[in-house]
Amino acid sequence: MAKKESTLGTMILSLLLITAAASAALAGVYKMTEKSIIEVQNQKKQQAIQAVLHDFNGDLQRVGVLLDGDPDSVYVSLAYQQDQCVGAAVETYTKKAFGGSFTLMVGFDANGEITGTEVIKMAETPGLGDKINKEKSDFSKQFVTMNPAEANFDLKVKKDGGTVDAITAATISSRAYCDAVNRAAKAFDAVNPNKQGGDNE
Amino acid sequence: MSKMQILLKGIVKENPTFVLVLGMCPSLGVTTSAINGLGMGLATTFVLLMSNILISMLKNFIPDKVRIPAFIVVIATFVSIVDLLIQGFVPALAESLGLFIPLIVVNCIVLGRAEAFASKNGVVDSALDGIGMGLGFTCALTLIGLCREMLGTGSAFGYKFIAPAADGILVFVLAPGAFLVLGLLMALIRYLQKANK
Repeated sequence: MAKKESTLGTMILSLLLITAAASAALAGVYKMTEKSIIEVQNQKKQQAIQAVLHDFNGDLQRVGVLLDGDPDSVYVSLAYQQDQCVGAAVETYTKKAFGGSFTLMVGFDANGEITGTEVIKMAETPGLGDKINKEKSDFSKQFVTMNPAEANFDLKVKKDGGTVDAITAATISSRAYCDAVNRAAKAFDAVNPNKQGGDNE
Repeated sequence: MSKMQILLKGIVKENPTFVLVLGMCPSLGVTTSAINGLGMGLATTFVLLMSNILISMLKNFIPDKVRIPAFIVVIATFVSIVDLLIQGFVPALAESLGLFIPLIVVNCIVLGRAEAFASKNGVVDSALDGIGMGLGFTCALTLIGLCREMLGTGSAFGYKFIAPAADGILVFVLAPGAFLVLGLLMALIRYLQKANK
């Protein structure tokens, strides 16, 4: 087959055919993978809930919380053991990350003390910001036993006058992590049934 | 050029990173450790191979004046498909490679080979060229990553060989270190090539 001449007709036709074929291929693959991608993500969330609540096996009650000035809701899964709320796993996010945003799961006990944090989805720089992952560094482990609900407790990196040791050369990711954990704490505080009604500020 | 030469030229003589100086963005950006370099290199090799095959098959159908947009659509489609497939069916791989896959689209080696080789040669030669160039890119990225990892964090492929609490020379993990390592390696390779002549 000889090479096609570059006339307006052949150019439009060939580009049209290629983009149409590309769209069809993409749509096909998307349909094919959609189900299992969602499944994988749900599985990951379930695993993260189990990890931050230390293998809790009572009832989970999921509520969405939209905090003042926030663009998206945070989802709080309250953990009930015999009608008593013993803690919560909060699916929280930050928009201040180096790679745009990331999603975390943060676990709290009934008093608001952090029991664990897990990264669900992130796009931080490999080798620097991705140290927020537990496998890559101990950064996220320092949050365990902190209690952001305590009066005068500032969950901030040391550079900003807080108590959190930032990751070397990844202050933005570390700040974002604090931002996400703070959002989770506020959301849990807002719906914590153990708190006497009305004493929220 | 024999088939063997087409395959091997990408690895040393026309190494995409050290000799053609293509694809600098991923070469500098993701090579903070050897394993990152290896992962990015292998993912790119796969896309390079498939896009080279497809473009060499389509080369007579695409008019000259619109070849670049056509190539980009082919490459981008391919990268998206690979991304979706990995996310859906190999979540473990997506975990470690996830970030690199979308970055392949902006890698000019893929477009460069499509333009310079696949659009002028047959399917078999293009496939061999894709594999060779991809492996050359992989070797280069792994080498840069290994140097930066050893100097910057004192480990190789994740295994730390200095005291666990000690830090390496931080600058080599950061962007300026990437330029330094790349420049020094390029000089070394030039020197070795000259010495061999």
